[in-house]
Amino acid sequence: MSQALVSLTIDGVEVTVPVGTKIVDAAKQAGIEIPVFCYHPKLESVGMCRQCLVEIGRPKIDRSTRKIVRDKNGDPVIEFGPKLETSCTTPVGEGWVVLVNSERAIEGRRQVIELILTSHPLDCPICDKGGECPLQNMTMAHGPGKSRFLYEDKMHLAKHVPLGDLIFLDRERCIQCARCIRFQTEIVDDPVIAFSERGRKLEIVTLSEPGFASYFSGNTTDICPVGALTTADFRFGARPWELNATASICPHCAVGCNTMLNTRREARSQGRVVIKRVMPRQNEAVNEIWLCDKGRFAHHFASSEERLARPVIKLKRRGRLTATTWENAVKFVVEGLQAAHGAVLGIAGGRASNEDLYALHRLMDGLGGRAVLHDQMAGGEFVQQAGVGPGTNLADLGSGDCILVVASDLHEEAPIWWLRVKQAAERGAKLIVANARPTRLDAHATHILRYDYGVAAHMILGMLHEINHQKELDQYASAETKKVAKVVSKANNVVVFYGSEGLDYAASHDLAQNCATLLAASGHVGRANNGLVAVWTHSNTQGAWDMGVHPEPGGLAAALKGQKAAYVVAADPAGDEPLLTSLLEQVDFLIVQGLFLTETALAADVVLPAQSFVERDGTYTNGMRRVQRFFPAIAPNEGMRADWEILSAVAAAMGIDSARPSAAAVMQDIAAKNRDYSEVNYPALSRNASQWPHVGGKDIYFGGTAHPNHQGLGVQLTPRVERQKDISFDWAAPRKIAHKPRYLMVPITKLYDRGTTVVQSQVLGPRLEILRLYVNPEDAERLGMIDEGEVEVQWDGRKQRLRSVIDEHVPSGAVLVPRSLGVPLATAVDVKIRPIAL
Amino acid sequence: MAEHILLRHRDIPDIHELDVYLSNGGFDALKLVVQKKTPQDVIDIVRESGLRGRGGAGFPAGVKWGFLPQGVFPRYVVANADESEPGTFKDREIMERNPFQFLEGVAICSYAAQAKLAYIYCRGEFWDLAHELESHIAELRKEKLLGRKLFGKDFSLDIRVHLGAGAYICGEETALLESMEGKLGQPRLRPPFPAAEGLYGQPTVVNNVETLTNVPPIINRGANWYNSIGTKESTGPKVFSLSGNVERPGNYELPLGTTFRKLIFEHGGGIPNGRSIKAILPAGASAPILPATKKVLDTGMDYESLRKIGSDLGSGSVIVVDDSVNIAWLAQKITSFFKHESCGKCTPCREGTYWMSRIFENLENGKATSEDIDLLDSVAQSIVGKCLCALGDFAAAQVVSDIARFRSDFDARAKDGK
Ligand SMILES: Cc1cc2nc3c(=O)[nH]c(=O)nc-3n(C[C@H](O)[C@H](O)[C@H](O)COP(=O)(O)O)c2cc1C
Ligand code: SF4
Ligand code: SF4
Ligand code: SF4
Ligand code: FES
Repeated sequence: MSQALVSLTIDGVEVTVPVGTKIVDAAKQAGIEIPVFCYHPKLESVGMCRQCLVEIGRPKIDRSTRKIVRDKNGDPVIEFGPKLETSCTTPVGEGWVVLVNSERAIEGRRQVIELILTSHPLDCPICDKGGECPLQNMTMAHGPGKSRFLYEDKMHLAKHVPLGDLIFLDRERCIQCARCIRFQTEIVDDPVIAFSERGRKLEIVTLSEPGFASYFSGNTTDICPVGALTTADFRFGARPWELNATASICPHCAVGCNTMLNTRREARSQGRVVIKRVMPRQNEAVNEIWLCDKGRFAHHFASSEERLARPVIKLKRRGRLTATTWENAVKFVVEGLQAAHGAVLGIAGGRASNEDLYALHRLMDGLGGRAVLHDQMAGGEFVQQAGVGPGTNLADLGSGDCILVVASDLHEEAPIWWLRVKQAAERGAKLIVANARPTRLDAHATHILRYDYGVAAHMILGMLHEINHQKELDQYASAETKKVAKVVSKANNVVVFYGSEGLDYAASHDLAQNCATLLAASGHVGRANNGLVAVWTHSNTQGAWDMGVHPEPGGLAAALKGQKAAYVVAADPAGDEPLLTSLLEQVDFLIVQGLFLTETALAADVVLPAQSFVERDGTYTNGMRRVQRFFPAIAPNEGMRADWEILSAVAAAMGIDSARPSAAAVMQDIAAKNRDYSEVNYPALSRNASQWPHVGGKDIYFGGTAHPNHQGLGVQLTPRVERQKDISFDWAAPRKIAHKPRYLMVPITKLYDRGTTVVQSQVLGPRLEILRLYVNPEDAERLGMIDEGEVEVQWDGRKQRLRSVIDEHVPSGAVLVPRSLGVPLATAVDVKIRPIAL
Repeated sequence: MAEHILLRHRDIPDIHELDVYLSNGGFDALKLVVQKKTPQDVIDIVRESGLRGRGGAGFPAGVKWGFLPQGVFPRYVVANADESEPGTFKDREIMERNPFQFLEGVAICSYAAQAKLAYIYCRGEFWDLAHELESHIAELRKEKLLGRKLFGKDFSLDIRVHLGAGAYICGEETALLESMEGKLGQPRLRPPFPAAEGLYGQPTVVNNVETLTNVPPIINRGANWYNSIGTKESTGPKVFSLSGNVERPGNYELPLGTTFRKLIFEHGGGIPNGRSIKAILPAGASAPILPATKKVLDTGMDYESLRKIGSDLGSGSVIVVDDSVNIAWLAQKITSFFKHESCGKCTPCREGTYWMSRIFENLENGKATSEDIDLLDSVAQSIVGKCLCALGDFAAAQVVSDIARFRSDFDARAKDGK
């Protein structure tokens, strides 16, 4: 799409930019910096702070002829207005002459900054923003050396105003730029903070209960141009200049947001290096310059005191765990594995890195066993085939495009995707949201589809019918599927996000297959901004599929049958499902590698302390199949090893393979073996490109304190359809849905669950979900249940007492229970419910 | 002036009753335009009449109506009844005593704008007046002068009254629209202007109460009749609100271009208590002060003439200041008003009015010197021309002109705080 261009000169520099570009951005592109406070390249211009004033000269137009007036040399006569103008609100014009550094403009901006400073406490020495503060930098660069405003005349205001549990406001420091309010309103559609009062009394207040209730609140502290907003996590924690910065990837969901870990060695932590905060690192194709609050505030687990620090072994079954050396431990493991004679099962979690998963797969292969993923969502092979291709960026989707989200609550499962999908819809993309219940994305949908839990795949067949007109699919078509199928087939670009809410392995497999078939049939695979994305529950589930580690259709219980040894990496199956404990105990030899002494580790014969992702390097492959690299931020405790390193040492000791010296070397093996990863290597992952908006320059006021990306944008894998023209897609034979159960208990995902990685957050505590059973009002009445009453739920021979909440958003016949809060439930089950009399 | 065109109740006391208004030609103009004229005809007539906005800026009403973008609907009309300028009380008298002429003006404007819904935005303190307007509107609905298919034509209209919550800034048209939308009353960035994107982002005409009240007589008597009143560029009658140190304060309807002398001395009866006139605030707080020289007194009160002598006509609220008043005291009052009313959206106005107020307080408390007056002047100068809306400029221009024209008063106040 070519865009009309406009040329103008800014301080004598000729620039050519697209029509509509704001002068401030045009100047930035020409290397001329105009100070801004309220302007932010991701927000609508408001022209409030008046800091960006410049002189603008426009070619003089003759009123009668409407032609440009020219001087005797034939040059246009340029007229300057009587007033300075805000460069952040004024779009460029052809032939304009902008003066940023004229005497008048400089004086104007000096006056504005002086005015801003009259109310500012200038408590830089005790301010969290000191050292990375736009106002501080600007004052040094452009401000007056001395205040003409009497100190006693300053207005003194409250300095510790909690806007909820996570964000604090210093009213004195606020310069009323409204960036925070506008971010919440325009970008995330959580208008939970606002101005109250007027004039110098203007104050940021929170309107929600609990305060500042938004999954994105932390971002406001990055874009606040002063130290007025601070996080509960970092405030008064350290000075920015004392911090080291290490590039990392958020481990919490399939989005794979790029982060920067700010660390410091401190006396408070017994001289250890600790993470002081997690900051966004710019990757415009992944997270732009944002993070959700889970990514920002749930990092404490990585440096928890409860981490395993030394290998431990159990010499006798049900004996005590005793500490040992690595040498002994590896010997012990080797013996245990040899004794199994190939009856070994590797079990990995979706949080393990590609290198770990590859090493596990390699070891199991060498032993004649196999490695499986501890998960129940399927479909990774369809993402490999029909995933989105290189060049994909949700920011490019808008009018004329379409996004389908099915069986997922993106706001809870992958907040940054929710944000970016919502924004695509705001730019005009058609958004189809299909789920058994309403989710937050519905508010932005152009089409909403409902189905009964379990039959998501059938609904896609209904859509497919409209495209391929196959008779067998007749029965799944409805007026609604017809309508949305038309939207899909007409769209220029289509991205499908599929999740697994209410679906087991088989149902999610069918859903993925049908989605891929729909995309292929409508011509939406094999190019940028088209394809299938899986909303996995973990950060590297896609990587696991790519490394050949996927869930067993029958689940772990089936996979464990007949095994003599099991090797668990980065997973806690017994913790997630107590029924698995006895099965795990039944294998002769159980090896567990991990961070904590989990339920599974308690049952093990050997427990090997692994390094967390902040202590080592490695890669994750996100749900869009972008491979991204994380780096060691903290030196690990001597007793810990990287997962791939341990596995490689065991493989070497057993003569399966030579030991690998580094994660990078493991990646070389992966690239050599796996065609999809043939272009992937650590240098390639570290490649950069220039991104807009610029962040991290000396003008941090421009984009905020998000870090620039010098460590690499990662590599977007090419879906197989782009290479292999012979891949064809067909829909999955629809499964019969047995009976319609009286009550189906469905696990749903909540962002702030009580999983190990979240529950250890030092600040998210008050925001964690509380275990509740959500019931539809009519069902509640039928069952004689009351709101906030107690019920007993029975399934598969177990019983659990739960508090119930009546919620009209729950589909009738279903009851919802958030995952990882204490009900061990991997997938939907039939339940009996009995209210308990008080 | 013999006949009142706007303050018609002064000639016909019961004109606030609908039957009296109707029997005196009320709603003939609306009927005429709806039955016989196109919306564009109405816009053309109003443009030819030269009618300029009476809310302060003096922008030609017909030109503004002509800015509505083609084919974009729905459109709205909003009557600005926020009347909060110090010393301004003309809209109130019109709405209380001659309400139907105003409402007819709203209706004609709506016809020209092709709006089906018009709002009257009343300042919060006008709550009793707002209720009266509502009952007048109910009467009009009953008489089928409002409602669906008026006069048998395809034109429907309803009018609703909206009460503000007590902020001067909500008289600024874009802050007013924000307030109507239920948001914080802060001005919007312009462009887009309300004619293009106004209420709820739709094309909207915002006009002052007095402006709209001029419309029915213009339709009834024609553009030529109207522009024969007043001066060449400032046509028509104007209600001047006269207050301050004057014998007979009140509203006076006079042709634009009438001199200050005539208003203050002939109509207003001059200065009481044997005092003499010192200065004039021609537009409440919102235009630079004028020393009451002979030249000033003989200047005609119209948009052009006032600009020529370094001030503005604004809403035509003339505050007379006698020689007992120290202008620095007056400037402090006005500054503290603006400080209180600044919406806080933009830096120069929010911080500048606060800073100026602090300097004034020091001046009052005898803590300031002549240098502080220079500082005050410099702070005011640094605000001028940098604000998002006109309020900040009003505040600064007032102080700049007060110091420039009455420096000795400031020096005296610096000495003894009086
Ligand atoms: C600070 C400020 C206050 C204003 N207050 C009023 C007011 O109270 N009433 C009014 O009619 N116009 C007021 N205006 C002018 C309006 O913005 C707008 O120009 C006017 O309503 C347009 O109508 P008109 O063209 O008929 O004058 C104010 C403007 C500013 C900048
Ligand atoms: S808190 Fe920060 S971002 Fe919000 S208005 Fe104040 S200065 Fe701006
Ligand atoms: S959206 Fe996902 S990857 Fe991004 S910060 Fe949040 S939890 Fe982490
Ligand atoms: S000039 Fe004053 S009233 Fe107007 S926008 Fe700025 S702060 Fe608000
Ligand atoms: S007004 Fe342009 S940056 Fe604030």
